[in-house]
Amino acid sequence: MSMLKPVLAVIMALSASAAFAGAQASVHVTPPNLDGPRNLADQTATAVVKNYIESWESLRAALAANRPELLDRDFVGAAKQKLTETIQQQGKAGITTTYKDRSHDIQIVFYSPEGLSVELVDNVEYDVQVSSKGKTMAAQPVHSRYVVVMTPTEVRWRVRVLQAEAE
Amino acid sequence: MRGTFTSLAVGLVLAAAPALGAQALTAPKTVEAGSPFSIESSGSGQATLYIVGMGGVVTRDVQLGSPISIPEGAVFNAGHYIAYLSTAPSDVASFDVVPAKVADISFLARPSRLPVGRRNGITGAVYLFDAYKNLATKSTPVNFDISTPNTAQEKRSAQTRNGAAWIALDSSPKEGAAHFVASAGGVSAVRVIQQVPGDPCAIKMSAKPDGKKIALETEPVRDCSGNAVPDGTIVTFTQNYHGAQSTVDVPLKRGVAKVEMPAIPGANITVASGVVLGNEIHWGK
Repeated sequence: MSMLKPVLAVIMALSASAAFAGAQASVHVTPPNLDGPRNLADQTATAVVKNYIESWESLRAALAANRPELLDRDFVGAAKQKLTETIQQQGKAGITTTYKDRSHDIQIVFYSPEGLSVELVDNVEYDVQVSSKGKTMAAQPVHSRYVVVMTPTEVRWRVRVLQAEAE
Repeated sequence: MRGTFTSLAVGLVLAAAPALGAQALTAPKTVEAGSPFSIESSGSGQATLYIVGMGGVVTRDVQLGSPISIPEGAVFNAGHYIAYLSTAPSDVASFDVVPAKVADISFLARPSRLPVGRRNGITGAVYLFDAYKNLATKSTPVNFDISTPNTAQEKRSAQTRNGAAWIALDSSPKEGAAHFVASAGGVSAVRVIQQVPGDPCAIKMSAKPDGKKIALETEPVRDCSGNAVPDGTIVTFTQNYHGAQSTVDVPLKRGVAKVEMPAIPGANITVASGVVLGNEIHWGK
């Protein structure tokens, strides 16, 4: 229960900033259901969730503008490599994509024994819209369960794995 | 406001679908990463097929009215994808790419060096991946084996949850390099963990007169499992006499510590290493 208070505080802050930006994604955090021997400090859980939600902002901006450098702050490893390649492929195909996340339901499920990775699952509702030369080509509302692995770097947690699962 | 606009755009695109319904796509619900698959198309003529997801973009010039073959290795990043035709973009099909079989193990074993006999002192955490660096999220058994020369092999297993599993093991009572192996789906990864002797269990010294000096020497210093404490470990000899004190730090050499101290009648001499205190000798008058 002690963990919930700061996490919820973060959520309120995120909702406020998101609302200010016009994104209005609602974020719900379920208390951690940890598989692992290591205790997850409240501050760590709060930072992980905050940085993860922020990673969606980077993701959205990078894919909408075909600018892979916007991934640098929040992504690392395979996740960054895959998204970078996707952006390059979007550029070749002459398209951009907009991922507008409407809601997140997040739960931290694993904190590795040595403290070098955190895994969370997120039931995300978002709209994907494909555009070409400013014209909407295709669109679809999506509900996916994402499995996310984050690792600590100098100043923040970065996304190393971002993977949607089949429903 | 943006949300309303997007919802409206999605709605308009979806609402336009029946008017362009002559061309339609039918995709499989799930596709294994990297596997070939086909998308059924109706209608006639030529178009460009777009497959779009966070995991990649594939375009193909296609002939409508026949199955569209997507070759092996074309779509390999797990995730959700949508597919549409350039001639009927409002008719969207979607599918999920799921991870292929386990082909790689990300195995982090800690620490790289630890004392013997440490309960749950060794931890191993794994993430399983397929050949395309997709996290293999299907629950999979992982076997953990740890073996040290001259000791029995210890085997444990764990089931992955969301692609991850972990284990905690005791370090061996015997010193040496432990081979820590994690294996799953026919793939394994090995890490080496150095198990070193623990703190001395007891220290016993003896003293011999040597002219105006005393020759002090410990017995071979061992930990509580009988492993020789490594050379270089500091042993401290302390001599107390007439309210004064002198101390000599000596590194272990070939398992023992030796030193010469002034022979002072009535002195008390103690020996210690770390937090372990050895015996005391009273040098008589």
